[in-house]
This record gives sequence, C-alpha cells and structure tokens, in this order.
Amino acid sequence: MSSKKNPNAKSDVANAGSEATVINLYAAAEKIYPRSTFGFFTKWRWVMIWLTQLFFYGVPWIEWGQRQALLFDLEARRFYIFNLVLYPQDLIYLTGILIISALSLFLFTAIAGRLWCGYTCPQTVYTEIFLWIEAKIEGDRAARIRLDDAPLSARKILKKGGKHFAWIAFALWTGFTFVGYFTPIRELGDAIVNMGLGPWQTFWILFYGFATYGNAGFMREQVCKYMCPYARFQSAMFDDDTLIVTYDEKRGEPRGKASLKTDMDKSKQGACIDCSLCVQVCPTGIDIRKGLQYECIGCGACADICDTVMDKMGYDRGLVKYSTQHAINLGWNHTQMLRHILRPRVLIYATILSVLVVTLLTSLMLRTSFRVDVVRDRGVMARIAEGGMLENVYRLQIMNATETTQRYQLGASGVANLKIESDVADHDKTVTVNPAESRWIPVRLQIPDGSIKSGSHPVKFEVRATESNEIVSEKSVFLVPR
Amino acid sequence: MSDFTSSFWPIFITVISVGGVIGCALLLWLTSKIKATSPNGDNTNGHVWDENLREMNNPLPRWWVWMFIITIAFSLFYFAAYPAIGTYAGKLGWTQVNQYEQEMEAANKTIAPLYAKFAAMPIDQLAANPEAKAIGERIFMNNCAQCHGSDAHGSRGFPNLTDKDWIHGGSPEKIAETLTNGRVGMMPPMAAAVGSEDDVKNVANYVLSLSNSSHDATRAAAGKEKFAVCAACHGADGTGNQAIGAPNLADNIWLHGAGEEAIIKRINEGKVNQMPAQGAKFSPEQIHVLTAYVWGLSNNEVK
Ligand code: SF4
Ligand code: SF4
Repeated sequence: MSSKKNPNAKSDVANAGSEATVINLYAAAEKIYPRSTFGFFTKWRWVMIWLTQLFFYGVPWIEWGQRQALLFDLEARRFYIFNLVLYPQDLIYLTGILIISALSLFLFTAIAGRLWCGYTCPQTVYTEIFLWIEAKIEGDRAARIRLDDAPLSARKILKKGGKHFAWIAFALWTGFTFVGYFTPIRELGDAIVNMGLGPWQTFWILFYGFATYGNAGFMREQVCKYMCPYARFQSAMFDDDTLIVTYDEKRGEPRGKASLKTDMDKSKQGACIDCSLCVQVCPTGIDIRKGLQYECIGCGACADICDTVMDKMGYDRGLVKYSTQHAINLGWNHTQMLRHILRPRVLIYATILSVLVVTLLTSLMLRTSFRVDVVRDRGVMARIAEGGMLENVYRLQIMNATETTQRYQLGASGVANLKIESDVADHDKTVTVNPAESRWIPVRLQIPDGSIKSGSHPVKFEVRATESNEIVSEKSVFLVPR
Repeated sequence: MSDFTSSFWPIFITVISVGGVIGCALLLWLTSKIKATSPNGDNTNGHVWDENLREMNNPLPRWWVWMFIITIAFSLFYFAAYPAIGTYAGKLGWTQVNQYEQEMEAANKTIAPLYAKFAAMPIDQLAANPEAKAIGERIFMNNCAQCHGSDAHGSRGFPNLTDKDWIHGGSPEKIAETLTNGRVGMMPPMAAAVGSEDDVKNVANYVLSLSNSSHDATRAAAGKEKFAVCAACHGADGTGNQAIGAPNLADNIWLHGAGEEAIIKRINEGKVNQMPAQGAKFSPEQIHVLTAYVWGLSNNEVK
C-alpha cells in the first residue's frame, strides 16, 4: 500500500521538468491491523455473517427422506436440492441461477454499491470471523501491533500458536463442510473418525481448508484489491445515485484536533477531529476521507466508528455515512436521496431480473419428472417382421428423475395403423425404470407393409408416467424403403 | 511422437510454448521498474495524458510476482516431464495411450469382484439376474446392436437373436464360442452344380415348399432331385446343420430375404457372411455375461 503517504488529491497537475527517478512497480504488501468496531452497520454485518454461516454449516446436515437434502453428487451426476433432483441435462437451470445471481449483483450494486462485498461475500465474512478469533486471542489493533513488534517470547509463541491453531481448526471444519456438499456429510464424518477418507476427499478438505486459512488469515483485503474481478468492473455499475460510504467533506474540513474541553471554533474548523479511527477500523486500510476509492468494500465500519466519535464530541452523527454523490454534492436530504433510487438503470435491471426469476420458477415447476430421448437404429434401415409388418427399430432412453420406481407407458403416433412393440415392455406396453436411473428401451414401430409411400415419415413417441400421468413426447422419423 | 506429418509443427509448438514462457519472464523482469519523471510525492508516476490525467503508481504486491515466478518454474518442469515441446517425449514417458490403459486397468480392477461373482454362476441363473442382465444389455447396446438391432431382432443379413432359430447353435457354449471367435457363414455359389437356370428356379421353389411358403408345386417337385447337392449341407429335409452353420430352410425365417427371387440369387451367387470375433475386446467374464444376455433373449419363458 503506497497511498498511505500524503493524501493530496489537489496537488499540482503535472510534474514536468522534475528529475527522472526509478520507481519499483512491485512492492511488499503492508499488513493491515483493522481495529474492531461496534455500531449499527457492524451489527448488521454480524447478522449477515451468522445467517450465511448458519446456512453454510447447517444445510448439509439436513436430511430429506432417505438422503441429504442438498447434495451435489458429482460422481453420479445428480444434484439433489430438497425434493428436486437435477441431472446434467438440467444444466440450463444452473445457467439461469448464475445469470440471476449476476444480475442481482448488478442491481444491488447500482442501488447500494458494494453491499455484497461488505456484508455477505465469503472473503469478507471469513476475514471477519478470522479477525474476531485473532482479536479474542491477541487483543485489538494496538495489542496486535505491539505483539508483532515484540521480540519472540513464550507469550508470543503461545498467542500466535493459539491463534493459528484456532484458525486451522476452523478452516478444516470449513473444508469438511464444503466437501459435505458433494459427498454425504454424515458418511464423511464417519470416514474421518474411522480414518477411511478417500484420497480425493482428503485432498479437497485440505485444499479448501488451506484456501480458507490463507485467504481469511493472510490474504484478506488483498483478494479484494488484486484478485477479485467484481471489484474491477463494478465502477461501471456505479453512478451518482449509488449508495456509497462517503465522508462529508463540506462538514468535516478543515479537519483538526479538538478535545471535549476546548470548544471548537466552527468558522475555522470542520467536524472531523482527525482522530484517524476511521482509517484504523478499515479492513482494506484506506482513508475514506480521500473520497471514493476502489479499495472500499462498503462495509460501513468507518461510519460506525465515526458516529461514536461524533456522539462523544456531542456533534451530529453522519460525518461518514452511506450516501450518494448527488446527495452529498447537492445537499439532499434522505427523502430526496431515496427518490432517486428508481432510475432507469435500476428499473431495467429489476425488470430483466424479475422476468428471469419468473421464467426459471415456471420452467422448474413445469419440469416433468422424467425425460425421454429417442435414437433411431442406424444399422437397421427397416425390415419386414412376421405378419408382413414393416418395422423400424428405435431406442428410447427414459430417465426417471424421481426417487421412486416408476412405470412408463409407451405410445407412438403420426402414421396410420402405427403399432409400437417392445420385448421389454409388458402387455400394457409399460416398462419399469428404477429410481433416479435411466434405461434404454429397444422398441419397434410397425405398420402394415405397403400402407404408406416410401420415404421418411415424422412420428411422435409419447411416454406417459402411469403414476403422475405426465406425458413426454419426442419426435423421430419412420423410414419406408423403396 | 513421430506422428507429425511435417517437421514444421514440432518447431511451431516448441517456439510457441518455450517462447511464451520466456516472453512472460522477460515481461515480468522488464516491467519491474520504470524510469519516470520524478513523482512529486503524490503517488503518481509522472505520466500525464490529456492535459491532466495522471497515472497512479499502485505497485503490484510482491507475492503476486512470486506467483508468476512459480508458474514459470512449473512450466519449465512441465516441459521437462511431459511431451510439451515438439517431438520431445518428456522424462515421465507419459502418453495418452498408456494413461487410457492405466485407467482401464483400474476400472477393470474395481469391477473384477462383480464379474468374479458372475463367472461362478451358470448361464440360466445369470440370465435371470437383473444386475447381470443390465450389464449385458449395456454391452449389447454398445457393441452388438449396430448389426443385430437394439431389440436384437436383426435384419437382412444379420440374424435375429430372439427366436429359437440358431445357425450355429443356441447353447450357451455355442453362443460363447460365436462371441469369442466370430463366425464366417459360407454359402458357395451353387448354380453350376444345380444345373440350368430352370433347374435353379425349380430348386428355389422346392426350398420354398420346405417351409410351406407359397411356391409352384410342379417346379418344386422337379427341383426336389436337384436339391441333393444342397442337402450335403442343409440336410436331406433342409433343416440345416448347425455344426457347419448351414441354416434351416424348413422354417419360415430368411436371413437374406424371403421369396423366390432372393433364393435364386443365393443359389447363383452364394454368400459370405461374417460375425466379427469379440474375444480380443472383452474378457472371458464379460463374454460370459454377454452370453447369458443373448441366451436369455430367446430363453425367457420363465419371466
Ligand atoms: S473517525 Fe470521523 S472524526 Fe475520526 S478521523 Fe475519521 S472522519 Fe474524522
Ligand atoms: S472505507 Fe469504510 S466502508 Fe470502505 S472499506 Fe474502509 S471501513 Fe469499510
């Protein structure tokens, strides 16, 4: 971090004529020691941390009938989401969910800036949890800086060791939970207890644990600053009506030291007492008073701490606050600001988003509980069967997407006197498919020889689930040779 | 890796891969420091555009540079170990083929116990075992259905496997033998032996009469005598001989087409028909499972 030096946004325009110097473009990262905060936004951040983490750590343990409620079984290529079972063929839903997620992010960003970053992004959330552990063991900012500067001692080793132990334990639990989304978590737990973990499971638990440990313990804000793509393109979604954390420069400047005892000369001095607490609490180590910066994750920590300072000083709150560029520059009040939430960009995002959500939900609802694929036998053109029937052979792949054994009745239409036959079907022309399995069913379509002219005739297979009465039709062709 | 058609391609690949890595390293090194007109302490690096747009110097963190260096080191290791540069095979001797073979071996090992269980079961039991049936069905669908049809009913030139009419025998042993070694069906051209065109026509009608198919009775009676040359293989009564793969002519099943015309054609031209051997493709245990499946197609009364 080099912007720590003199924040001088209004310095001379150019520096022509100065001496040429060599500057290094790679620098060692400086460690940031965020000070802990409290207040309205901090409370909300913790609420979000609890919600997201209760979800993450809790959901894999929920059982649904005979299985885990949420399970992404990559090996069997089945995704179980409560009573929904998705197959690779349902990838379109995943695409839909991803597009909806991206659009929601656009929408929230346009309205409220980096809401996601500050409150729910796993990177922030885990950093916050790790920071909390760190603060519990090593103490708050000042104590941590002191400890880091102190020479090696038994106390230092104990504190540092304790912290890393707690971090690693937590990180491993995270890795375990993560893998628990892909293999049944209870079996996974048993496997760990009995030392029977598979090589890939071990790898992924360790890998994900390591990633958590590294990202939340060490990389922290650097991920947001250097790695996160969202941080880079979000400026395209910001406008002057986007909620951002801002410092009210008009009110704060010129800043200067003030104490409770000496009265402030309002004509000479702004409300900012230059206590630098807002810089100390910032998890990305920036000074919000320099204006909107790409590093700011919009967490509101600086707003919270500054409010407590203002309270102590007996000044109005809101020197640092969530506001918009317009509101700050034009001196709008709350209602004026809120009135500008609904602007074309927001309305367009919201419209597209709701259309997508509705489409996705409807198509999920209309989704049949089985799928049918038809492949016409290529090796066998057409043949004469007993009784002078002309027949074509097909394979019907029936995928039972339910979790119970299902019976399906086969039917076909499209040509006069069309008959469907299958050796594996019973007298009702029904076949059985095991739960969540797919089965190839060889079928024959027959017509009396000579009843239609030669060539290719469109036919339709109709497969009916006898239990639910759902019907799926698939097109194919019936070939009549010359 | 000698399968390049010209020496240009290995060189092309080498230049791109090695050149790419060297280029990255150079870029990394050259951009580590820049010479700029004195930054005046405001964290700009001295570049000015469009009157007053200035470039900030926000240095890349050093750890990230290390990641690039590690990546470069990894590429060099990769070049040495794997076939990445032209015709050089790499120290580890990795090829797609041996990876495939390894994976196949591993997969076969995991299913070995299942097949061992199947191998110990007699065919009739195996044919009724749903698990074996499903596996057999899959093997059949992927390997046999191209000729015999997905429903195994065959078509012209490809026997129907679901009826009781077997050219080479329908016992489990015979089926396994057919699967393993394949079969060659040989019907020699018989026109010369049978006689004149008229004789051929007579014999064809006699053949049709054997299965009570529609035929010309007088011609059939005339052909009966000439059928003697056919009887050598197909038997005096035309019921065929499974030992030499001579089809039964007395049932109404026609491998190469029914009717007088088709039969005349066979007598005149003969026919060589081939079932390819599958022994090299499948293990004996797999053949066993497949045999049970095929056998079960026509022995499925006990359902
Ligand atoms: S916390 Fe508030 S008063 Fe303190 S330096 Fe920051 S803006 Fe100024
Ligand atoms: S400047 Fe304030 S809102 Fe932005 S990241 Fe720092 S503490 Fe959070």
